Amino acid sequence: MLQRTIPIAILCLSGVIMIVAYFVSFAVSWSETVNVWFNILSAVAFVLGAGNLLAVNLEKISSRRPGWAYAAITLVSFFFMLVVGLLKLGAVPDPKNPLVHFAGDYETSASPYGWMYEYVFSPLTSTMFGLLAFYVASAAFRAFRAKNVESILLLGTAFIILIAQTAAGIFLTGWIPQDSVFAVLRFDSLKVGITEHIQTAGMRAITIGIALGVAATSLRLILGIDKSYLSKN
Amino acid sequence: MTTHMTTQRDNAGGSSFLARLGNLDRRWIFLAMGLSIAVPILLKLRFPEYPSPMSRATFDAVESIPEGAPVLLSFDYDPASAAELQPMASALVHHCASRHQKIVFMALWPLGKQQADKTIETVLKPFHPEYKEGVDYVQLGYQSGNEGVIKLMATNIPAQYPTDASGAALKDLPLVAGMRDLSSFKLIASISAGYPGAKEWVQYANGPMPDAFKVVGGSTGVQVSQLLPYYPHQMEGMLVAVKGAAEYEMLVEGKYPIAQPEVIGQGRVRMGPQLVAHLLMIGLIVLGNIAMVAGRSRGGAR
Repeated sequence: MLQRTIPIAILCLSGVIMIVAYFVSFAVSWSETVNVWFNILSAVAFVLGAGNLLAVNLEKISSRRPGWAYAAITLVSFFFMLVVGLLKLGAVPDPKNPLVHFAGDYETSASPYGWMYEYVFSPLTSTMFGLLAFYVASAAFRAFRAKNVESILLLGTAFIILIAQTAAGIFLTGWIPQDSVFAVLRFDSLKVGITEHIQTAGMRAITIGIALGVAATSLRLILGIDKSYLSKN
Repeated sequence: MTTHMTTQRDNAGGSSFLARLGNLDRRWIFLAMGLSIAVPILLKLRFPEYPSPMSRATFDAVESIPEGAPVLLSFDYDPASAAELQPMASALVHHCASRHQKIVFMALWPLGKQQADKTIETVLKPFHPEYKEGVDYVQLGYQSGNEGVIKLMATNIPAQYPTDASGAALKDLPLVAGMRDLSSFKLIASISAGYPGAKEWVQYANGPMPDAFKVVGGSTGVQVSQLLPYYPHQMEGMLVAVKGAAEYEMLVEGKYPIAQPEVIGQGRVRMGPQLVAHLLMIGLIVLGNIAMVAGRSRGGAR
């Protein structure tokens, strides 16, 4: 009973305070308190995330599932960074407090934590992001086919944006005077037309729809109608 | 008769080649993409950029605030998107510092603080040595809470950030000692790679106090469609991907030259590979469609 009633009461009270504070100034300090709690709870979510990471990867290793070695590497890396970061191992001493170990700078690349961040983590994540270019190129070659009217429109839009996002757009159509009636045929004008009119109109419709959905869901949560966030136990 | 048969065979051979092109080993595509990026980087290809209205609006938004007024720069990205976003962040910091704005750095992403630190070390300290920490700039660092951080800062900055990233109390830092809420700033800029980012700054900061400050944003190419509805009213300017950064760099460098142009010229450097890669993508799409048509006609002939 309490397991369900207390969370619902906390949610209801927090939601009402946040709404009231938007309109009534005396409730602003209450909403700030709610916000502080919210931010603390979101920090706790990192601990939960770490716990989940451990559980998933340990299970993978113990059951020797395919790719268990990657799970082992993940855990070793996780614990290495955790220990080095929390204990500030190898931190550069603070000139003002050279004898206080925990006052040292552990984010500089002269310390193990900063070095790992700068020369291992950063290049790896950049590489992962950069790999997208290769897979997008391959996927575009295989899947971007003009099979019907919709896909032809999509292709045409893609061509315009791809060209307009580079200097090629200016090379090809930059000679059309901007004050002429044909200026709309310039790639930069076409891009502006697509993004600021067609795309924005579509996105506004989606955004308004999402906003209405969020408002409705929030009301259902605050009023205790929607309890799907609670444990089924 | 023989000539006709030879022509038919040639045509069949040609369409067969085009049809087989559809099954091209993707490693060739990877190689072509690798070369299209590597060669322009090695040859240092640069192309002229012409500022788009969005990039110009961003430049004008910064120019329109009083010189020396406080600005808040939120680094809402991590190293994964730094290749796309760091050039605009560097140009923005140089622009603000050239106008002697008081700069407050913060981050909604855990690794955004490191990106801000990097910008301070590579742009602010070497090219604007007059900037003193605590007086001319403050690094608040990262706080968890996503949009909750913005909501709390909108009404009470010290409640969200009692100290800066180094642990110094805000009340001891002259720049931020008297700041109560976000209305203390004249401009808020979010360089963002997703959630939380520029969209949340518009919704939770600009929404409750639309006239208190200007909001500008920089975003990755894939995220821009989410931000377009807010431009140009809630968000006065927007830098879109590497091209936006390159255009903005041109505007900034045109008015505020820097001793080492390559420091805030990375956007333009990256436009070379982008041009060749985009042309390759277009070529691949065209080839793929030709292969599809050839495959169909071959199937029809049989």
